[in-house]
Amino acid sequence: MATIAEILEEKTLEVKDFEFTYASAEQASIKKLTMPIAKHSITALIGPSGCGKTTLLRSFNRMHDLYPGNKYDGEILFKGRNILQEKEDLINLRIQIGMIFQKPTAFPMSIFDNVAYGMRLQGMKNKSELSDRVEKALKDAAIWKEVKDRLKHDANGLSGGQQQRLCIARAIAVEPEVLLFDEPTSALDPISTSGIEELIVELKERVSIIIVTHNMQQAARVSDYTGFMYLGELIELGKTEDMFVTPREKLTEEYITGKFG
Amino acid sequence: MSIFIDKLFRYASRFVAMSILLLVAWIFTVLLQNSMESITALGFDFVTETKWAPNLEKFGALPAIYGSVLSTFIAMVLAVPLAIGVAIFLSELAPAKLKSPVGVSIELLAAIPSVIYGMWGLFYFVPIIRDHVGGIGISMLTAGIVLSIMILPFMAAVTRDAMNTTPDILKESAYALGGTKWDVIKDIIIPYAKAGIIGSFILALGRAIGETMAVTFVMGNVHNISLDITAPATSIPVTLANEFNEADSGLYYSSLFELSLLLLIISFTIISIAKFYFLRRKRIA
Repeated sequence: MATIAEILEEKTLEVKDFEFTYASAEQASIKKLTMPIAKHSITALIGPSGCGKTTLLRSFNRMHDLYPGNKYDGEILFKGRNILQEKEDLINLRIQIGMIFQKPTAFPMSIFDNVAYGMRLQGMKNKSELSDRVEKALKDAAIWKEVKDRLKHDANGLSGGQQQRLCIARAIAVEPEVLLFDEPTSALDPISTSGIEELIVELKERVSIIIVTHNMQQAARVSDYTGFMYLGELIELGKTEDMFVTPREKLTEEYITGKFG
Repeated sequence: MSIFIDKLFRYASRFVAMSILLLVAWIFTVLLQNSMESITALGFDFVTETKWAPNLEKFGALPAIYGSVLSTFIAMVLAVPLAIGVAIFLSELAPAKLKSPVGVSIELLAAIPSVIYGMWGLFYFVPIIRDHVGGIGISMLTAGIVLSIMILPFMAAVTRDAMNTTPDILKESAYALGGTKWDVIKDIIIPYAKAGIIGSFILALGRAIGETMAVTFVMGNVHNISLDITAPATSIPVTLANEFNEADSGLYYSSLFELSLLLLIISFTIISIAKFYFLRRKRIA
């Protein structure tokens, strides 16, 4: 059984006895995992490659449904319902639970259209409202000053760090409740990385954040809670400041002190 | 010794590569030389004259140019939407079990020799047009349809390949914002693959405009400019395939060469445009 520290805040997501099996796999990649996710906090998921942290992250917005044959079991509770149910409206779910990927993914369109994309998908047509919200999202993502004079330019002309902030602006423009970050800085240089980290910390005022990272310093720097996963199981979940100083599980200690991983 | 072999190999390969350029130059020179008589005799009238009457020594290329352009246009209008549809199905919608067999059979279709499309068109398609659309069945329309069927597999296969280059992570990003499959196809995949898709269309266009065997059977070789697409017509390659045997005067012979020179220039231009698009795609990716 995992060691799970008490979470005092309200919870935004609750994973209960969750299991996940890939279409081609015989064994479950995530086994009987139970984990609360605190609201307006940053929860980092760490663990060695193949431990299932990204698989878990991609379950929160049902990304696995894009590929046939994958199987979920157990429950992930969000706003009082189990989002793993067949009848779950995935479009609506993905609007409420946004995602940022390992590499910047600027769409082949202008900077403005990138940020407006999610709102337009929801049918927003009013030009002044759109441009207000695009501006606000770009400001919130700390990239407005750099792009305000070239909103009509192709987004692929931006640098990697700028593109990643553009993707964050695009994701927060639809005002999600949860944002999933899948190793968001793995393709970026150190300066862009620290910019993104600051931004993530600022964002928790408004959204609950779950971040998968290979980089333990990153988890220590940005997160409030850290979950350590190993071989598809949650080994320990605790307050970040406690876990990196006094881990309660031996396995966690060995991982964060670099004995394996 | 090994340096000597390296050098030898380098010169040999350079010679082989240069020989291609020499061949093209040679072909061009031959066409130009043989066209000279008609170019000097007819001048610019050659491309504006609508009458082609060898017995009266009248040689106007306009009906053949018109036929080439219109039959290709009909083929493209029919084939482009179908190719996009097939490509979308194969790259995004088809279940994994269907993707590979359907994909492979489309590639096989692209390898059917064009003379077979021509025979099939003459014996099975001409009667259908005659009975259900009108005319004698041998017509501009029939040629356009047979051409469209001929270029469709190639266009569909290349368009699918271009769509398949869209990174998964880009598609997932659009799904993650609440996009539907249709949103992702029209907003992400098609814009991302646009340069490759347009390039494939232009290559297909080049193939259609120069196509000889498939249309010779079904077009009729009638030098006539008519708005009625069920009437027989001709195109540049159809004229060339039909008339070299009968060219009894120097001017007749030379004007056929000038027609082929025209075709070569048109094809070169089209391929250059396609190349431009493919190069642009590489730069973006």
